[in-house]
Amino acid sequence: MSESVAVDQPPAPASMPAPAQVKRRNGVIERTLADISHTMGHTLFSEDIARHSGLLQSLDPRVKVISMLALLIAVGLSRNLAVIAGLYGVTLALAWRSAIPVGFFIKRVWLFLPFFTGVIALPALFITPGPTLLSLPFGLAITRTGAMSALFLLLRVSTSVSMAALLTFSTPWNDVLKALGVLRMPEAVILIFGMTYRYIYLLLNTANDMFLSRKSRVVGRLTGADQRRMIGATAGVLLGKSLHLSSEVYLAMQSRGFRGHARAPSVASFNMRRRDWGAFVVVAIVTVSAIWLGQ
Amino acid sequence: MNQVHNETLFDLHEVTFAYEGKQTALERVTLSIQAGERIAVLGSNGSGKSTLLKLLDGLYFASSGVIKAFGQPLTEAAFDDDVFNFAFRRRVGLVFQDTDVQLFSPSVWEEAAFAPMQLGLSKADVHARVDAALRALRIEKLRDRAPHRLSGGEKRRVALASVLTLQPDVWLLDEPTTGLDPRSQSWLVNFIVEQGRAGHTVITATHDLSIVDAIADRVYVFDEAHHVVAQGTPHDILSNTDLLLACNLSHDHVHRHDDGGEHTHPHAHPLAHTHAHE
Repeated sequence: MSESVAVDQPPAPASMPAPAQVKRRNGVIERTLADISHTMGHTLFSEDIARHSGLLQSLDPRVKVISMLALLIAVGLSRNLAVIAGLYGVTLALAWRSAIPVGFFIKRVWLFLPFFTGVIALPALFITPGPTLLSLPFGLAITRTGAMSALFLLLRVSTSVSMAALLTFSTPWNDVLKALGVLRMPEAVILIFGMTYRYIYLLLNTANDMFLSRKSRVVGRLTGADQRRMIGATAGVLLGKSLHLSSEVYLAMQSRGFRGHARAPSVASFNMRRRDWGAFVVVAIVTVSAIWLGQ
Repeated sequence: MNQVHNETLFDLHEVTFAYEGKQTALERVTLSIQAGERIAVLGSNGSGKSTLLKLLDGLYFASSGVIKAFGQPLTEAAFDDDVFNFAFRRRVGLVFQDTDVQLFSPSVWEEAAFAPMQLGLSKADVHARVDAALRALRIEKLRDRAPHRLSGGEKRRVALASVLTLQPDVWLLDEPTTGLDPRSQSWLVNFIVEQGRAGHTVITATHDLSIVDAIADRVYVFDEAHHVVAQGTPHDILSNTDLLLACNLSHDHVHRHDDGGEHTHPHAHPLAHTHAHE
């Protein structure tokens, strides 16, 4: 913070002036607060969807995890664009039948795709040899083979991400972890995943409170340098808090008998019903068909 | 008054503890606790109450002096022995002040199951203990909920359930009423009283004087220099205004009377919020 708050400043007026209509410019505090509350809101929204009644929500989490892995393999092995597009269509249909808002679901997947996959796919448009599809200035040209490669990559990734998103939207995080345990995921890894998720949420809450507290005391606009100092200080305090928290949590675990070898309580409360076996068979047929048709 | 057995559970002689060898948290503390006793450890913030509980739970070890539990010295070497560690952890349960520290599992059920799982109990025993604990604390409906999405009172119940599944003989409770509404606080006091009646040793660190009379038969008082400065019955300690003032457990309260006169008197809430002018 700059030393702008001097002790000889005039006293605040007795009556509150009406706020002037000025164009609002979001500073770093407002943007960070918005990002934090968006993330927390999204988490709560996802957990709420997972508790709705819907097609996928009614299935055993183990079936969902195994089905997702099988379909991911099918997407990876398929060399037919129509088959992959068909599988993408299936994920959209499943989202619709599972009370997951389809518009939100599509946006969620495609919003981040250009940043991660687009960067990889873009050069392929130009450098893959093949017949020219579109000529561009400076001697650049998009080849048909390059366009197909980029399209394959984008569709494969979007379908795979959609399948993973379907699982997380339709299954409480706790059940996903338990299902991974059934698949012989080491107990220590499951414990770490569970604790990471739980404490990220707590630290987000702490960060939110810190920024709100800062916002309530900021008068006027902060300079860029002040904002950077403030973010640095907040990050430092959060790091200190998380380190203290981690040592306290370790003590709490020790106090209850933890000796460095995690024994995660696996609750075998899942019951395979007829519906689950049916889903299992359908997914097996779809997977085999997709691999066969995709060759 | 609980039935106190003639067995010394904890015996501390001239115990000093300093964080990283520099920041002193306890200074030459000598005290003794018998099986079945209900003890309140009183002191202001930073007086060393929480550190004492962690020493009694074998989480920290004395920088100097001797701590014995169940007749055995509490040292790091002792806890390296699996048999001793199992026997000790099975008998002593600590409920941390901060429920966010205590509740680290993804669901209430798993939180309650953590301790019996670490002690290597069979799956059937774990299920039986967890179900009994959730029932005793009336939180069966919360079993699949994530602890971080519960209210303060619910979190406290889950924290107690996570220790109750150990079925400990000794309860160590660190500021258990912090952040609780009056109803939850009253429930918690009853819970502590019930544990005492069941013959368990209950050691509660607190600066909430209003609960001391109900939860303790004997009181140790820490000053801000991290010494034990007094011990006695709740009545002896709570009626010693000078002691409470000196240890920051009471304060001078200034108020005006109808005739405009100003009046100052020591103020605390030792006994169900009754206080009198001197």
